[in-house]
Amino acid sequence: MVVPFDEMNGFGGEVRAPYKAFAEWLGVQHLDTLRQKTAEAEVLFRRSGITFAVYGAEEAGERLIPFDILPRIISAEEWRKLELGIEQRVRALNAFLYDIYHRQEILKAGKIPEELIVQNSAFLPEMIGVDPPRGIYSHIIGVDLVRTGENEFMVLEDNTRTPSGVSYMLENRETMMHLFPDLFSRNRVRPVENYPDALLKTLESVAPSNLDAEPTIALLTPGVYNSAYFEHSFLADQMGVELVESSDLVVVDGLLRMKTTEGMKRVDVLYRRVDDDFLDPLVFEPTSLLGVPGIFDVYRSGRVTIVNAPGAGIADDKAIYSYIPSIIEFYTGKAPILANVETYSCREADSLKYVLDHLAELVVKEVHGSGGYGMLVGPKSTKEQIETFRAKLVANPKNYIAQPTLSLSTCPTLADTSVAPRHLDLRPFVLIGDQVRLMPGGLTRVALKKGSLVVNSSQGGGTKDTWVLQE
Amino acid sequence: MLGRTANDLYWLSRYIERAENIARLLEVGYRIVLLPREGEGFHEEWRSTLESAGCLQGYVQRHGELISQNVINYMLFDTSNPSSIASCLAAARRNGRAQRTALTREMWESLNSSWLEFSAIRPSAVTSDSLPELLDWVRSRSALYRGAMLNTILRNDTFYFSQVGTFIERADSTARILDVKYYHLLPSSEMVGSEKDNYQWAALLRSVSAHRSYRWVFKDHYRPLKIADFMILNRQMPRSLRSCYDELTAALRDLAVFYGARHDCQMTAESTRDLLLEADIQNIFQSGLHEFVQDFIARNNKLGNEISAAYHFSD
Repeated sequence: MVVPFDEMNGFGGEVRAPYKAFAEWLGVQHLDTLRQKTAEAEVLFRRSGITFAVYGAEEAGERLIPFDILPRIISAEEWRKLELGIEQRVRALNAFLYDIYHRQEILKAGKIPEELIVQNSAFLPEMIGVDPPRGIYSHIIGVDLVRTGENEFMVLEDNTRTPSGVSYMLENRETMMHLFPDLFSRNRVRPVENYPDALLKTLESVAPSNLDAEPTIALLTPGVYNSAYFEHSFLADQMGVELVESSDLVVVDGLLRMKTTEGMKRVDVLYRRVDDDFLDPLVFEPTSLLGVPGIFDVYRSGRVTIVNAPGAGIADDKAIYSYIPSIIEFYTGKAPILANVETYSCREADSLKYVLDHLAELVVKEVHGSGGYGMLVGPKSTKEQIETFRAKLVANPKNYIAQPTLSLSTCPTLADTSVAPRHLDLRPFVLIGDQVRLMPGGLTRVALKKGSLVVNSSQGGGTKDTWVLQE
Repeated sequence: MLGRTANDLYWLSRYIERAENIARLLEVGYRIVLLPREGEGFHEEWRSTLESAGCLQGYVQRHGELISQNVINYMLFDTSNPSSIASCLAAARRNGRAQRTALTREMWESLNSSWLEFSAIRPSAVTSDSLPELLDWVRSRSALYRGAMLNTILRNDTFYFSQVGTFIERADSTARILDVKYYHLLPSSEMVGSEKDNYQWAALLRSVSAHRSYRWVFKDHYRPLKIADFMILNRQMPRSLRSCYDELTAALRDLAVFYGARHDCQMTAESTRDLLLEADIQNIFQSGLHEFVQDFIARNNKLGNEISAAYHFSD
């Protein structure tokens, strides 16, 4: 077994530079003190109501995502490179979205198989020819990064629809500053607290162009039972915008309006945290009782901006993922700064053969899956599980992609009996409007089980505060 | 503000106020039950307590006979009773969660931790010894929420709708206590004030937290007429109908100024307040206390409906 890269200790030897001050501090902490601080953190989180609903459960089912109090630290230099790579990537993703909903140059150039786009359920033909303000489709993107070595950061996936988790980034920081003020005085950690402000500026900058007054912004949530409801209300609150449900919205006289105490009021920018399918029953999902009938027509006529745009999901489709490096080259004329993880697309015969021959070493994912469900982690599975999966794969190869099992980096984490290394990833949040705004940090997710590589909260993952150090 | 938000804020305040009122009623009922008395007197006490809380019918359907432990459980923990303290705290928190953006952090945290702490109580662990402490706790949580609100909230529609909810609920509660409890005590008051009667009048005042303030205001023994006057017309007494309507008219006037428009509800609230302002307790008794209170409850309900319509609570 390969020893993974550790964020604090590298491949062994000296403590890495960004962790110097932290390691000194950690060296003199008692395990009991750390445990007590963890308990305090939990009380703070519970009180603030930062819970996520487990699907199918009601109030009794509200859970806290476990929080690990030992931070993940990124140096200024590392961050600079990530910043450039992320900005390049999100610009290319938006250029790609604009293109495939307009002239489809990239298909004509033969860089992506046409059927992969036009037959993809994430591709919305209704969006062809629609011109969103500033040509931006995906305004809020979460880029999932993994690391395998000193200079090896890779993008595991993009989230171009309705990425969540940013409230954890903010609350984790609040909690850490509350619990360890001293630690912050020893490390120059760049603040992330202005995210809501940056989000508001981004939303304002993509308002319809012909407004007489300041744009009215609202955040659309599926409601209190949604797993990310806390985040929806948190962001609406921090921005000072209305948190609406679809029943609060109605289309009247060609405009989107919300039902207020003073009657109907126009909404100009809708930051929606519902899926495309639940936006407009007239267009997307006729059987749905959710959604706002007619909203898509208002959008198409340019009288409301929907953020992220309908159809933006095609850019983070797992079937498209392996083409992202060529997408970046096609639109920016430059090589990607951030690499992709090597990916085998099982729709291709050669790849499928390779995958079937190496199932025990690979991670196989459903093209449309998310949340860590429906995947096979070869090295962590029994023979029986692998064979069951093989049958599914052979039956429908197009539905799967495979990647090598990465030796994800680890970071010191408070475990049952000691501080021990645990695997993690990183989701920075980037905003695209009149400019690209990237918060220094993001959400670090950590697999709390020893040896586990699955960081999803639904599968026993936790989070850490993510520090980006000042120069 | 969304109409749905206004609706949720209004009901959130009502539920918090209701939880407090139920706690107070239970506390008083329990004290009276502890009082040594002949026969089945405690039945009457629980009956009037349940009736004042608007829970009598529901209780009888569920439990039939009036048994102290069942009454206490029904009022505290039974979620099939929409006015139980458990239901009130859950509903308040549910509304608060839906309107998280309208609440300040202090308001939300007090609401959330009340609910969390109350949910952790096992009904079987509540004994007669620990009941008073638990009821005290409920009242203090309600006070904490209102305190957090008064101290941290912006003086805008969020505040005004919260105030309106609180005082509609409080007015309703005081009126019901008058109609049920006061009424029950009246016949016996014709007799020479026995110890027990005195105790009962004190208990009545206790159910609106006014047994000591009565003395300060009147410097006199408990007298039925003065007690009614205190609970209906006194402007110093913070749970009197008059006080509730002083607050209601102020909040509704503020709403009218805030939105730049008056509606029927402002007129209705002002006319009810004028009525309380001009009324005389002797006259009220002459034309019938019961009728007066019934009329008041109907007006109060009508006001609630008018507010709901004027501010698009649900459409």
